[in-house]
Amino acid sequence: MNDIHVLLVDDEEELAKTIAERLEIRGIYCQTASDGDKALDLIKSQPPDVVVLDLLMPGIGGLEILKQIKSLERNIPIILLTGYGSNELRIEGMNLGAIDYVLKPCNLDDLIIKIQKAIKSE
Amino acid sequence: MKTSKFQEFITKYIFRIPEEGTSPERYKALRRNIIILMILVTVIPLSLMATINYYQYQKNLRDEIISPMNVVTNKTRRSFELFLEERLSTVRFIASAYSFHELSDPVILNRILSVLKREFDGFVDLGLISSKGKLLCYAGPYSFLDKDYSQQSWYHKVLINGRYISDVFLGYREFPHIAIAVQNLTDPDCCWILRATIDTKKFDDLIATLELDAECDAFLINQEGILQTNSKFYGKALEICQLKIPNGGQGTFVTESQDKNGRDIFIAYSYLVEPEYTLVIVKPSSLILKTWFTFRTEIFFIYLASVLIIVLLVYKITDAQVNHIKKADEKRELAFRELEHSQKLSSIGRLAAGVAHEINNPLAIINQKAGLMKDLIKNSKDFNEKSKFFELTEAIIKSTDRCSTVTHRLLGFARRMEIEYTDLSVNDVLQEVISFLEKEALHRNIKINFHLDENLPRVSSDRGQLQQVFLNILSNAFAAVTDNGNIIIRTWDEDVEKIGISIEDDGCGMSEKDLENIFEPFFTTKKGYGTGLGLPITYGIIKKMGGSINVKSKLNEGSTFTIYLLKIPKKVLDD
Repeated sequence: MNDIHVLLVDDEEELAKTIAERLEIRGIYCQTASDGDKALDLIKSQPPDVVVLDLLMPGIGGLEILKQIKSLERNIPIILLTGYGSNELRIEGMNLGAIDYVLKPCNLDDLIIKIQKAIKSE
Repeated sequence: MKTSKFQEFITKYIFRIPEEGTSPERYKALRRNIIILMILVTVIPLSLMATINYYQYQKNLRDEIISPMNVVTNKTRRSFELFLEERLSTVRFIASAYSFHELSDPVILNRILSVLKREFDGFVDLGLISSKGKLLCYAGPYSFLDKDYSQQSWYHKVLINGRYISDVFLGYREFPHIAIAVQNLTDPDCCWILRATIDTKKFDDLIATLELDAECDAFLINQEGILQTNSKFYGKALEICQLKIPNGGQGTFVTESQDKNGRDIFIAYSYLVEPEYTLVIVKPSSLILKTWFTFRTEIFFIYLASVLIIVLLVYKITDAQVNHIKKADEKRELAFRELEHSQKLSSIGRLAAGVAHEINNPLAIINQKAGLMKDLIKNSKDFNEKSKFFELTEAIIKSTDRCSTVTHRLLGFARRMEIEYTDLSVNDVLQEVISFLEKEALHRNIKINFHLDENLPRVSSDRGQLQQVFLNILSNAFAAVTDNGNIIIRTWDEDVEKIGISIEDDGCGMSEKDLENIFEPFFTTKKGYGTGLGLPITYGIIKKMGGSINVKSKLNEGSTFTIYLLKIPKKVLDD
């Protein structure tokens, strides 16, 4: 799994850091970004295999970031990270081209399975 | 001023209705007020009409009674007057037709008397009296010859008036009679008086022609109130009449009075001109007013019956009306409460969603941190209490999982889910839900009995939400029953619009107080591990689908949840 590169976009830096650390323990390289700009910069400089994107974020918000990533036309699969109650957001995200979603608080093993699935489908 | 005080009194004490609410006092007051008003409105005109009728009829009847009495009395008086005038004329005729000499002859006088007796009723005797008052010649059954009348008052009256009709008297003859005397003035040489005595039996005959009832009376009295004929009730002839009759006057009168026996009577009396007698006819009121009394009794009973019918009808109608109002009020109250409840649910839901969302992120961090700790412990070499730390992190992760279940439920409760209607079989959904719980049922030996209607129509509903509804209720049933307990699931076709589903358990049941609160958010009887959201969510879903849910429960006997679902929800129909 060492060759998998994930970008985790979440405004909760503490959460993002922890998940990243846990993924790395499992041999997945994970970068984190706390907002859209940073995320786009990272995608441009080091395109990841998968982007895990929190939809509920202050500022421009997850959906807008999703659109911008899609506009880069890098063909990077995007997994959404959503709260339980935001069905509409999730559906809209899926319509905009996200490949899958994980409910928060997420089970790490589920996330890894979905990351692997996403790469395979690609 | 007076009117406003009266109005104030009416509003304050009679028409006071307790303010809003559905208290029994309110309906009691309402019922009372309507009854009073309706009775007043109906009984007052009825009473007025009855009273007017009563007096009008009484007046008419009185007129009808008085005028015939008046007429009869008048006629009878005329008969008496005629009788007496006739007798007087006869005596005057004899006094004029015969000379003193002829009348002085007892043979002629007797012959005249016998003719009189034959042609006219009542003549008893005839006497010729000299100007000195001495009886010169007499024809009749007694021997009064040479009797001197000069000292008697009637003699002087004849000398003054030329004629005289006496009151009734007994005299020497010892039976009631009257005397008619006329003075002869045609003979210039001497002045003499012809006097005839007439038996008053003829008076009785005249009265008898009236054909009066046994309770009626008729008689003659003179100016002094002395009876001239026998009376049935007020004395014999020549006694003082026991009935007071106004003295003197002209014409005929009818009055109401009471006799000495306390009888109410009508008295009709008429004054004769000569002699100055008064003819009296007495009739008891009871006899005359018999029709009146009958009418009065009839009117009273008709009135009473009408009032009774009115009261009864008013009572029945008011009762029905008030019950109608009461039901409408209760319905409104119920609708209001349901609205209040759903508003409460929605505001609590929004609050809960906010809180849950805010908690979700820190919870995720705790979860991930604990996960990381677990990873690190797992990957590190053995150290003191390694397994203990491993267990502790496991416990933290489990607790955060439990917390997230609660927050997910809170969010689910608040979520404005659009119901996705699909055509489904409720029996299938129930079977699916039971399959989730099969393991627990097997483990605890809980018997689940199905009484599902095989021909249950398919309905248009949301599968996921229905699953949640049945799962919530069945989870509660599983929590309520002991091991080896029983759960019965029924479905049936209720009517054209609805199907029914019931889930019955023989578990611990609920108290009445708990029963009132089970649909309230955060109310739970499962101390420690219930969220208090299962049934409010269930309630919300069923309501959103246009169905209804109710619970019957008895402590220590079990509970039954009954759900009615619309076969085709209104929203689907509208679309």
